[in-house]
Amino acid sequence: MKYITEFRNKDDVQKLAKAIGTYNGRPVQYMEVCGGHTMSIQRFGIPSMLPESIRLISGPGCPVCVTSTGFIDQAIALSRQTDTIIATYGDLIRVPGSNSSLENERGKGADIRIVLSSLAAIQMAIDNQDKKVIFLGIGFETTAPATAVAIQEAHRQSLENFYVLSAHKIMPPAMDSLLSGDINLDGFIAPGHVSAITGSKIYEPLVEKYQTPVVISGFEPLDILYSVWMLINQTQNNTPGVEIQYKRVVNEGGNTKALELMDEIFEPEDDWWRGLGVLPNSGLGIRTQYRAHDAKQWLPKNMELPKEPVGCICGDILKGLRSPSECRLFGKACHPGNPVGACMVSNEGACQAYYLYGNG
Amino acid sequence: MEMDKYIVLGHGSGGKLSQELIRNIFLRYFDNDTLNALDDSAVLPIEGNEIAFTTDSFVVDPIIFPGGDIGKLAICGTVNDLAVMGAVPNYLSAGFILEEGLSLKTLENVVKSMANTAKQAGIKIVTGDTKVVHKGQCDQLFINTSGIGLINTKFKDNGNVEPGDAIIINGYIADHGMTIVGAREGLHLSSQIQSDCACLHTLIQALASEVEIKLARDVTRGGLATVLVELVQNSIYGIEILESAIPLRNETAGICDMLGFDPLHVANEGKLVMVVPEAQSEKAITVLKKHELGVNAAYIGNITKANPGKVVMNTVIGGKRMIQLLSGEQLPRIC
Repeated sequence: MKYITEFRNKDDVQKLAKAIGTYNGRPVQYMEVCGGHTMSIQRFGIPSMLPESIRLISGPGCPVCVTSTGFIDQAIALSRQTDTIIATYGDLIRVPGSNSSLENERGKGADIRIVLSSLAAIQMAIDNQDKKVIFLGIGFETTAPATAVAIQEAHRQSLENFYVLSAHKIMPPAMDSLLSGDINLDGFIAPGHVSAITGSKIYEPLVEKYQTPVVISGFEPLDILYSVWMLINQTQNNTPGVEIQYKRVVNEGGNTKALELMDEIFEPEDDWWRGLGVLPNSGLGIRTQYRAHDAKQWLPKNMELPKEPVGCICGDILKGLRSPSECRLFGKACHPGNPVGACMVSNEGACQAYYLYGNG
Repeated sequence: MEMDKYIVLGHGSGGKLSQELIRNIFLRYFDNDTLNALDDSAVLPIEGNEIAFTTDSFVVDPIIFPGGDIGKLAICGTVNDLAVMGAVPNYLSAGFILEEGLSLKTLENVVKSMANTAKQAGIKIVTGDTKVVHKGQCDQLFINTSGIGLINTKFKDNGNVEPGDAIIINGYIADHGMTIVGAREGLHLSSQIQSDCACLHTLIQALASEVEIKLARDVTRGGLATVLVELVQNSIYGIEILESAIPLRNETAGICDMLGFDPLHVANEGKLVMVVPEAQSEKAITVLKKHELGVNAAYIGNITKANPGKVVMNTVIGGKRMIQLLSGEQLPRIC
């Protein structure tokens, strides 16, 4: 695994951890807003290597976790329609809606299929022309371009039976909302894959507005520890800015082609985030000229208002206000096999990462 | 909640949901001392001998994969459940559920593979059954095998295990599970990994003749993590393992990373975890390495007094984390 093992080198990691261990400033909290980071941090036991004064907290970085209960209810309603195939990324099937989950509906006979890419859903539409194929588009700037490609492809091939139910979201409005809220944040470990698409510039307005350090990080232990070290330096020297640690993948301008494609297919709309509520212009709706592929047209009228699970504190966890172990359901009523809240569903969710790696 | 009322795929994953299903439904009604032991095989005293008896069903998709097929799996799985109880497998039954429309050629290939595997393992298939169901009521073919064997080496006594004992595994983990995922999802991987599907009884017997095996478990669904957690979850001792010592191919690790799978939770079909006295660990590794199924054997950790009931792993970078049971079905991650 070239370019991976180098970033897991124990000696280098220990040296870096030792350097970070000498930090003697005020206690700080840095938030990662990417589920991949959460998973890596827990999997490698990184918190056990940091001094007590440096705390890493998980934010709204797992696409499954921030997806609203209402969206799951919509997907379930669509799955119950005749001649309909729901194509979805795997993580989503276990997220609880108000009364059921896609996994449960599949158990009861709904045609719900897991795909690894949006283009697999296109192929499914080609192979099943007598059925509607509805792809559940979730995720941030990382997966949105792939959904955009699928819609463009369906449009080009006049595939009339391919639809997307979009819950795609973009990251900066969520970070802005957190910084304007009641949590003390001393910096962001910014997402590596999102930034590969968007470029580092999208974080500059945040730094200007809130004077909060941002470091875009890779996913290996050395990447993350080095990013923490860069954040400490910004904190200590009081020089907040946007820095790229993950230089082997991320640049300032991002992936222009992907950004243009996203802009061609999607338009910003207000969207509901679990834990954060409605954030202006934080979601990606399908533009009018591609409406023929928007699954919203098939939604039943008068859907019931979504019900949030009782006792679940996913909302506060996503805001970094509380940690999974502070939830009374954690590890008891709520575990990855029977998730009550969305953060327990995906292996990028804070609750599941804490559960699996025993750091609750 | 309504959601609890249905079987989901996670109930078959071998992890936490499977445990709950067994406890809440099967043990509740079947309740007896032999079953309640929840060993890989039942141990039955018959006329002064001890017989191991076990059963297993096979529903793998695809039915043919690199390194094996459903037939080979059906023999190895049952043989291994007997072998880890210290039994020499003697006789097997084979039950087939066939889907209308299955090609006879496919069936013949699977049966041929079963016959070859059984022959190599020195075990006879002595009784069987066939049922055919309508198209769509099963996926090509399902196989159930049951097996019996005479126990000639006793090493199932958990009471013997003590702090300091060495935990040993006979080779690379996660190859079977990732081979199946790769073939099922049509990932078109350029990798050469194959299922590790193999009968382990000769390996166990070879080791047992030279080393005191305190305990042996075959590592299947739920992966290495599940076996280790089950070893100590009701014990006064814990386990500490070293991530860097666990045999894992680069290729397998890479595919796991790509899909977001934890290799410790991925299925194996030819792996064995054994607990042996620390003083005999070196000898155990030497013996294992001489056998073709133990060439990559490794000493991966110890039984500890610390952290009772828990499995702690020292990560490759020198951090520490807990190992948990697989909970639900592993799903490919989004990004």
